[in-house]
Amino acid sequence: MSISTGRVSSTARGRAAGDAHARGHRRGEPGRVRRAIRAHWYAWAMVAPVVVVMCALVGWPLARGIFLSLTDATEANIGRTIGVNVIPASYEFVGLENYAGILTSGVFWAKLTWTAVWTVACVALHYGLGLGLAMLLNRRLRFRSVYRVLLILPWAIPAFVAAFIWRYLYNSDYGVFNAMLGAVGLGPVGWLDDPTTARIAVIAVNVWLGVPFMMVALLGGLQGISRELYEAAEVDGAGPGQRFRHITLPGLRAVSSTVILLGTIWTFNMFPVIFLVTGGGPGSETEILVTYAFREAFTGVRNYSGSAAWGLIILGLLVLLALGYRRALRRQGEVW
Amino acid sequence: MTAVQARPRGRGERGLGASIALHATLIAATLISIFPVVWLVLTSLKPREGWLSTELEFFRSPSLDNYTRVIGETDFPGWLLNSVLVAGLTMVLGVLLAATTGYAISRFRFAGHRAVLWLLLVTQMFPVAILIVPLYNLMAGLGLLNQIPGLVIAYMTVAVPFCAWMMKGYFDTIPVEIDQAGMVDGLTPFGTFWRLVLPLAKPGLAVTAFYSFMTAWGEVAYATVFMTAEEKRTLGAGLQQFIGQHWSDWGLLTAAAVLIAVPASVVFLLVQRHLVTGLTAGATKA
Repeated sequence: MSISTGRVSSTARGRAAGDAHARGHRRGEPGRVRRAIRAHWYAWAMVAPVVVVMCALVGWPLARGIFLSLTDATEANIGRTIGVNVIPASYEFVGLENYAGILTSGVFWAKLTWTAVWTVACVALHYGLGLGLAMLLNRRLRFRSVYRVLLILPWAIPAFVAAFIWRYLYNSDYGVFNAMLGAVGLGPVGWLDDPTTARIAVIAVNVWLGVPFMMVALLGGLQGISRELYEAAEVDGAGPGQRFRHITLPGLRAVSSTVILLGTIWTFNMFPVIFLVTGGGPGSETEILVTYAFREAFTGVRNYSGSAAWGLIILGLLVLLALGYRRALRRQGEVW
Repeated sequence: MTAVQARPRGRGERGLGASIALHATLIAATLISIFPVVWLVLTSLKPREGWLSTELEFFRSPSLDNYTRVIGETDFPGWLLNSVLVAGLTMVLGVLLAATTGYAISRFRFAGHRAVLWLLLVTQMFPVAILIVPLYNLMAGLGLLNQIPGLVIAYMTVAVPFCAWMMKGYFDTIPVEIDQAGMVDGLTPFGTFWRLVLPLAKPGLAVTAFYSFMTAWGEVAYATVFMTAEEKRTLGAGLQQFIGQHWSDWGLLTAAAVLIAVPASVVFLLVQRHLVTGLTAGATKA
């Protein structure tokens, strides 16, 4: 409560300052501008380091990326210096050709479909399993902290290490899954050699990695819901399903909206799992947009312009996603 | 009787069957969650015939040979050192640069406030693919390929907005009254931040630092492209050397993986209670 009152007052102050700033600009009243600067110069000073760093490290490469995406630059025609020989750049401006090429190619739509399936499947399983486990752990229960620590373990393993572990587990000759199948008299399965099983395999790895985070976040949310609400509902005759729908889910909404957005962005950009478990294979069947763009940039003759265009299209998709998500939350009355 | 009534959900006492089902579900989930790690450790103790066996077996003449090989005969120690340096530098710089920003966007509604918020959020969505080529060319131009500072600079693009965002969440949970009291007592905004708020936010800083360390520690894409010289690799890039197209040394790989995962997990499990609060802070407080 205290926070929100504080925020309201400071928002009001900020708005006033902002208005003064804008008006100062319009009418050229230096007094107001100066007042706005005096009111908030320290805020700008505090933000300055990050803004400078971001402009230098993100702004410039981004601008350069946008520029490259409008050219036909590849490794072969980008300028470089070998010893004393300076090879001038010979790439040309091609306008939106790269984008048109990507958007009309079957590869893009195939990758987009798979990326969407991958993201939705992973996030849904993360959230569903995470919520289920959190609800189990939110009960009175013996060995609760033991379960909790063991269930969190996958989160503690760095993603690239996990990817290598799973790659060994899936190995068609020495992997433990095939050894288990062998032990019960079944033939080996080439887990990563078939598109369908490879897709299931990478989703399984990512689910294994991602559930603990959701579980811990949602458990925190569950513990924030007052027990009295449940008791009152029970007295009023609400069944378990009703209590879940009308108390648990609304009580978790704030946490859920954050973790689902984060989870979606992380999964969408999940590089190590795909890159290290299947390497995008078989063929490029399990390649998601991000790994595909990476490969485009760094294998064979490096296609700098094409991969920049891919990157920008991916960024555009993510921004659209976040905006749509924010609008959906706004409609429900969440301020985010 | 009274004890039962005192429980918050006295009426919801479980029957024996429900208890068994509950524990069975949790045990199954736990087994799935720890099995890959257990298998990793077991494999790392097996000799060559062990990890090349198609049989299902838990032990086969366990020894630490793989560990001595990975430490003595490969570049693993160097990679480890590189990773520690890169992740450590990223962490320190990220937290230092981002701390004041997190505070400013948590407290002040200055002109441009929303723009900064969006800048931080959108940069976190940047896929690797978009910055990696321009950054690669930039590093090549500056002669920073295969150099630790080069990789640290690349990681700053991720770490700085992330740290600022996390710390904003923490500062949001510290009551504004504290700042106001400081101001009343005559502290400047910087003084308030430095003397009052920052000490209170120490746990938050620690968690943010830990997160940025782990992000840099586990990064693969930039490391693979930027660090190509054998002795300059970080762990994420180096470990790929153990499993090639035609031949994989799973003994080396698993031993190295255990050496990486164990310290990380220990620290992680110690601080895990504080980890989520930062990301969802504010949300849980609502």
